Amino acid sequence: MEIGIYSFGDVQKDATTGELGSTAEATRNLLEAIQLADQVGLDYFGIGEHHTREMPASAATVILGAAAASTKNIKLGSAVTVLSTDDPVRVYQQFATLDALSNGRAEITAGRGSSTESFPLFGHSLNDYDALYAEKLDLLMLINESESVTWNGKFRPALNKAQVVPRPDGGSLPIWLATGGNPQSSVRAGLNGLPISYAIIGGQANRFAPLAELYRRAAAQAGVAPEKIKVSVASPGFVGEDAAKAKDFFWTHWHAVMEQLGKIRGFAPPPRFHYDKEASGDGALFAGSPEEIAERIVKLHGSLGHMRQFFQIDVGQMPHREYLRSIELFGTKVKPLVDAALGDKAKAKEANRDA
Amino acid sequence: MTPEIRSIGILGAGRVGTALARLALAAGYEVRVATARPPHEIALLLEVMAPGAEPLSVEALIATSDIVILALPLSKYRELRPELFAGKIVIDAMNYWPPTDGTIEDFERAASSSEIVQDHLAGARLVRAFNHMGYHEIEQEARPEGDPARRALAVAGNDADARAAVSGFIDRLGYDPIDAGPLMASRNFGVGTTIFGAAFDRTEMAQLLASAHQREAA
Ligand SMILES: NC(=O)c1ccc[n+]([C@@H]2O[C@H](COP(=O)([O-])OP(=O)(O)OC[C@H]3O[C@@H](n4cnc5c(N)ncnc54)[C@H](OP(=O)(O)O)[C@@H]3O)[C@@H](O)[C@H]2O)c1
Repeated sequence: MEIGIYSFGDVQKDATTGELGSTAEATRNLLEAIQLADQVGLDYFGIGEHHTREMPASAATVILGAAAASTKNIKLGSAVTVLSTDDPVRVYQQFATLDALSNGRAEITAGRGSSTESFPLFGHSLNDYDALYAEKLDLLMLINESESVTWNGKFRPALNKAQVVPRPDGGSLPIWLATGGNPQSSVRAGLNGLPISYAIIGGQANRFAPLAELYRRAAAQAGVAPEKIKVSVASPGFVGEDAAKAKDFFWTHWHAVMEQLGKIRGFAPPPRFHYDKEASGDGALFAGSPEEIAERIVKLHGSLGHMRQFFQIDVGQMPHREYLRSIELFGTKVKPLVDAALGDKAKAKEANRDA
Repeated sequence: MTPEIRSIGILGAGRVGTALARLALAAGYEVRVATARPPHEIALLLEVMAPGAEPLSVEALIATSDIVILALPLSKYRELRPELFAGKIVIDAMNYWPPTDGTIEDFERAASSSEIVQDHLAGARLVRAFNHMGYHEIEQEARPEGDPARRALAVAGNDADARAAVSGFIDRLGYDPIDAGPLMASRNFGVGTTIFGAAFDRTEMAQLLASAHQREAA
């Protein structure tokens, strides 16, 4: 099973002065995080498009391009690309370029994402969300199928045998559909033969098991080839050597984000007991010791059958040092434990040989 | 008079709609679900997500259900045809949430979105409920009567019989219904209030609603 990381490009906060670092520094730190993730054998790194002072990862493909040139094996993707407010032609060109530079390691994940700032920024209305998304996903899939594109729709000018280059050596790019649990999205991914990525950021993680089943059944109904049917999971996570310390540390940062979000969205931030419930057992928050987290990933795998799980560590302006240390533990401790438990012996061997 | 409630019709097969469908099925109700799509297009979805729930057209669902639950995006409320809802007990679970769903002019100056929905569905006996709890909690937190961890759900509407019928339904699903009074009171448990997204038992909920009411009267 693949293990990875995702980030919204969080700016770091100085623990003593409380001052926020610069957005430029955060961008360089993000690149360093991707490089480390590659070095410690992680499989995937995703950048989630955001446009705020706290989360400035607005131009994911530029960062991923720099990562392509300075990493070897890690897959590089978006988590997510807010497709509704972007031009699918441009998205495709950028990721195909990334794919060329990284020798076939680029992936696109399209979805609503947790950010809505791109709507006013690029002149779109949130009220058009569904229509924008449907139309743009359609066009993106069409471009992925052929170099010459003829298309017309409502939200961008028509294309008449337009050439969209470069083309990926592998023939096409992986385009994942991200969803937070609306069942119709699972049906849509299944019917279109797209791999699906579940954002499981709260509550009990195994409640997504019926959705994964729905996805697989919709795909089977549409006659999609079995190798195209893939499930991945994105969730908050943090590992430290000591379970209790890791949970305490992650709590302060997770709580800070929830407080921020609650202010904007009008809900009370969840109390500690709520966090403790979700940071254990079948909960959606994967904070704890490497052994505990590996065990919980394996357990979730038992109900979802996902082929990849990736974690958002740097939430709530986490200091860079702790962030990097956690990435290291995910690669050196969690991944081998998960591989061992799932009997992925061949893969473990391969990783040893490369190291 | 409180009618006997046997069948629940849910408009919307999203996160909230399917969670409520599963809960209502588990509590022994007949459950039907409709979306803007033709029924056969949500058959697989319901078979997997809420086995036992029947896909119907919007019209058939409203005509044959004792309670109709609105679990669709609020932005679609004008697509609901008022004549179909005349005399019906309707639960409005929809929230106005501009940060994620965008601004809707009709709701910008409204104290409670349900009052606007009631104005549109003039003949419906509208009750606001379920809106202040996250969809995954609605399903996970249901508890049998008397359980000390049982949570409370606020209920507001202008028709007392409809409120009583909805309260009975909520109780059977696994929550303590707290009668907040007329629909106007639903502003006290909307987005941005102390109640929204938080967990309270019946005593706390009753107190919160009563003190909000007093503040208003003052
Ligand atoms: N998510 C929560 O935790 C939560 C909690 C409390 C209240 N709410 C409120 O509950 C409502 C539903 O939220 P959700 O999260 O379940 O949304 P969702 O997952 O996006 O689902 C919305 C459902 O409504 C259906 N729909 C759209 N237009 C319709 C129409 N004209 N007639 C009938 N059905 C229609 C959609 O199906 P098609 O597109 O296939 O037609 C879909 O099944 C919203 O108003 C929300 O504010 C949400």
